[in-house]
Amino acid sequence: MVQSLFTGEKLTCIRGGRTVFTGLDLSISQGEALVLEGPNGSGKSSLIRLLSGLVRPRSGHLFWHGQDVTREPEIYQQQLHYIGHRNAIKPVLTVLENLSYWAGFSPEKPSDLSRLEQALIQFNMLALKDTPANLLSSGQSRRLALSRLLATEKALWLLDEPSVGLDVNSVALLETAICAHRAKGGAVILATHTEIGLDTPQRINLSNYSPLYNTALLKQEHLEESWI
Amino acid sequence: MKAFLNIVSRDLRLALRQRSDVTMAVLFFILTTTLFPFGLGPEPNLLARIAPGIIWVTALLSVLLSLERLFLADYEDGSLEQLVLSRASLESAVLAKVLAHWLTTGLPLMAAAPLIALLFNMESDAFIILIIAMALGTPSLSLIGAIAATLTLGARRGGILIPLLVLPLYIPTLIFGVGAIDATMNSLEAGVVLANAKSHLMFLGAIFLVSLLIAPLAGAAALRQAME
Repeated sequence: MVQSLFTGEKLTCIRGGRTVFTGLDLSISQGEALVLEGPNGSGKSSLIRLLSGLVRPRSGHLFWHGQDVTREPEIYQQQLHYIGHRNAIKPVLTVLENLSYWAGFSPEKPSDLSRLEQALIQFNMLALKDTPANLLSSGQSRRLALSRLLATEKALWLLDEPSVGLDVNSVALLETAICAHRAKGGAVILATHTEIGLDTPQRINLSNYSPLYNTALLKQEHLEESWI
Repeated sequence: MKAFLNIVSRDLRLALRQRSDVTMAVLFFILTTTLFPFGLGPEPNLLARIAPGIIWVTALLSVLLSLERLFLADYEDGSLEQLVLSRASLESAVLAKVLAHWLTTGLPLMAAAPLIALLFNMESDAFIILIIAMALGTPSLSLIGAIAATLTLGARRGGILIPLLVLPLYIPTLIFGVGAIDATMNSLEAGVVLANAKSHLMFLGAIFLVSLLIAPLAGAAALRQAME
């Protein structure tokens, strides 16, 4: 049994006074992939933000290599990539400048241009490296955001609908990147509505944990409220 | 330190590419101050008397104009959440953004101030004090402004909240900034110019040091809050 890399126990997320999901457990080991499924509003993005440490869970715990990191997400935040809905791209900078800015936070050599170019090649963006980002299409912007995954090496990838705006070929590029990352012992947690080809992923359907879709939880929530 | 320089150089590069943002504050400063002689009439003594107040009040308003864009663009395009997740400590990230803001706003204002002073027929002895006072005062404006800019990130129409939060906090800088120049203009002998202004300048320095201490801490806390 491989020791799990990242574990969540009894996670509950409350946003704007509404319980998004409650009592969620997950565990991921090195080389594994976890797909979060569920209809709109079932809390996929909220869970990914919660796992990234941007949002603190209302209750429950996160463990990184067995260490409780619920209160100090800084410990493991250095070892994860988060790709959210927004691409964090500055329109007036070129593709390469955008990428090297984000890579510049890593302790590796700043002048490691070949590594950045390698990342751009992987996502078929090298031809556009000197193009200002405001000229990119939405799919190209997404690919630039995804190149960050390869520009610096991190153990855990948290991807929130990474395939939005991507054409079939680009989704295949993403699948290749994920596959290579897992082969190196990395882990991937991703939320998606479209099918992304992955080798034996775990799956969690968030509608089971969301009071919005699981009426049993709704009753429980009402009971708790009336108790308060 | 590397992350600090990374942020400063990116923000400066962004400012260079979007020159209209940078020039707006200093143009507003020059245009608004030149309106006063037209409104008040060309009376040299009166203009020289009120010049320090007009220069400082207009400088405050120019800084205020540029505050909203300090963190909002990064917040909206997702750069801020990436910054929170990056290895950079948030306190130094806030400081880096403030430094870039001062270089693109406070420094041009400082350069334009003697020009305006000339226009208002201010005594040439007071010029040096004006520049020292601006050099000590404008960094505090950027620092205090950063607190308000981070606090209003989540709020709808935060741009309207910023002046309400910031202007009361700018009053001490205004009082001592104007006081330093007034003190030199009232002195009869040239030799005592610096001595008369000294206490005011020291207060400006104290305000700068206090805000240098508080702004990164408060700003970083507000940024973490804005991620929720």
